[in-house]
Amino acid sequence: MFFADYNDHQYGNWLVVIQIFMLDEGSGNNEMEAIMAVITNNDFLYNVFGGFTHFTWQSAVMILIGCTLIYLGAAKDYEPLLLVPIGFGCILANLPLTELIHVPRDGYVFNHSIQEALGEAGLMPFVEGARVVNEGILDVLYNAGIANELFPCLLFIGIGAMTDFGPLLQNPRVMLLGGAGQFGIFLTLMLALAIGYDKLEAICIAIIGACDGPTSIFITSMFNPALLGPISVAAYSYMSLVPLIQPPVMKLCTTKNEREFVMSYEMLTPVTQRTKILFPIVVTIVTLLIAPSGGALMGTLMFGNFLRECGAVGRLVQAAENEIANITTLFLGLTVGATMTGEVFLTAKTLGIFALGFIAICGDTAFGVFGAKLMNLFSKHKINPLIGASGISAFPMSARVAQKVGNEANPQNYLLMHAMGVNTSGQIGSVLTASVMIAIIGALQTMGVDLTIN
Amino acid sequence: MANVNAPMAGKLLSVDVKVGDTVKKNDPVATLEAMKMQIKVFAPADGKVAEIKAEAGANIDPSVVIMTLE
Repeated sequence: MFFADYNDHQYGNWLVVIQIFMLDEGSGNNEMEAIMAVITNNDFLYNVFGGFTHFTWQSAVMILIGCTLIYLGAAKDYEPLLLVPIGFGCILANLPLTELIHVPRDGYVFNHSIQEALGEAGLMPFVEGARVVNEGILDVLYNAGIANELFPCLLFIGIGAMTDFGPLLQNPRVMLLGGAGQFGIFLTLMLALAIGYDKLEAICIAIIGACDGPTSIFITSMFNPALLGPISVAAYSYMSLVPLIQPPVMKLCTTKNEREFVMSYEMLTPVTQRTKILFPIVVTIVTLLIAPSGGALMGTLMFGNFLRECGAVGRLVQAAENEIANITTLFLGLTVGATMTGEVFLTAKTLGIFALGFIAICGDTAFGVFGAKLMNLFSKHKINPLIGASGISAFPMSARVAQKVGNEANPQNYLLMHAMGVNTSGQIGSVLTASVMIAIIGALQTMGVDLTIN
Repeated sequence: MANVNAPMAGKLLSVDVKVGDTVKKNDPVATLEAMKMQIKVFAPADGKVAEIKAEAGANIDPSVVIMTLE
């Protein structure tokens, strides 16, 4: 008879149970008594009902948050394509002992074959206190697409393929609203410094103000990897929560008459196909010469758009805007949701980051709307101020919000493509802002300026 | 006679009325997909659907007449 270590909650208890069922009738009473002693032991009961006994108040709060996200997506139609997988991922990650994903990432070392060899040589784990674990399926997705920014970039190919930059090209002045939307980055930076975050922490948090997940991950990986978890969760959460956060601020900053204002597409001069084909190439070259660090984001977005406009690769366009975009959205949402564990999420620093991010998005929205109103004061062709709120990087969610709020105010109002122009310029603006920050910080560090202490 | 044009570039998912149906201003008459968003096309005026000119599945833009109302 073999007794497993019943403290190993994953396997030991089940082995003991199996042994009980396999016990033949001829076994002696001593063995039976030993087994009974094990199964009535508190530790054994604690482990065999591990799903319940490891359930904490944090698990309950996070599962409640996950259910709320699913409800908002499925029942209230707030970005269901993102909120439903995020909510379900959040529930999965917060059920104890599922081992689907391990966060915070720096607490674990993953048991790949090379690490196994190092482990046998007594060289693992490298980090004191880190647990060596096997990758869960959501770990695999995280490493494959979130940690290296692949999923957002694949999504950007699809978005580029779906995007008609015509409204932006027909009405280039709305690019100014993309600049107004960057106000949130600088507001958050000042607030984070005022609250007492370190300078580099404050910069990483500030980038959330652009509502730009990939850029936030890029900046945080570069300057403060310890905050990667909370900041990427905050950035992606706010991207998905844009449909909830922006409408009240937009309504607060506008009158009903302003929201009802119809922007026609017919008033715009059509652009030639040659201009549309040249646009992604020119934007790629110009912006990446100015800000090379935005290459992944800008390059994939413009590549997708070039596929669409060149007219020669219909099958690739179909794949980019359907299969690739759908599969990536599913994996991205599920994995980002799964990083929302109570341990990472329910801390004072994370809550501070979320509070700052919330203020930043509200600030972006309000300043975008007021920027549009200001533009109307000096312009012959008026615009609906709601599109000003789209000058952030949450793409194309923010443009969709402008469409939805405008359409609610007046069913004849179709703002989507006008807002897309602002939204794409907001995206270009946030990548450029982040790239300028990288350049300035790099220059300061080269000059020996200490940026780590306030 | 009033034309119901596509309000923006996108894919026509469905035409939600039939020839002969009576519609009022702001009644939904078709569904369009743009940027992975389903957008209802609302009637610009009261009338009766005289002719449906666009087919579901077609890529359309503001120059395309989806239907005419009389």
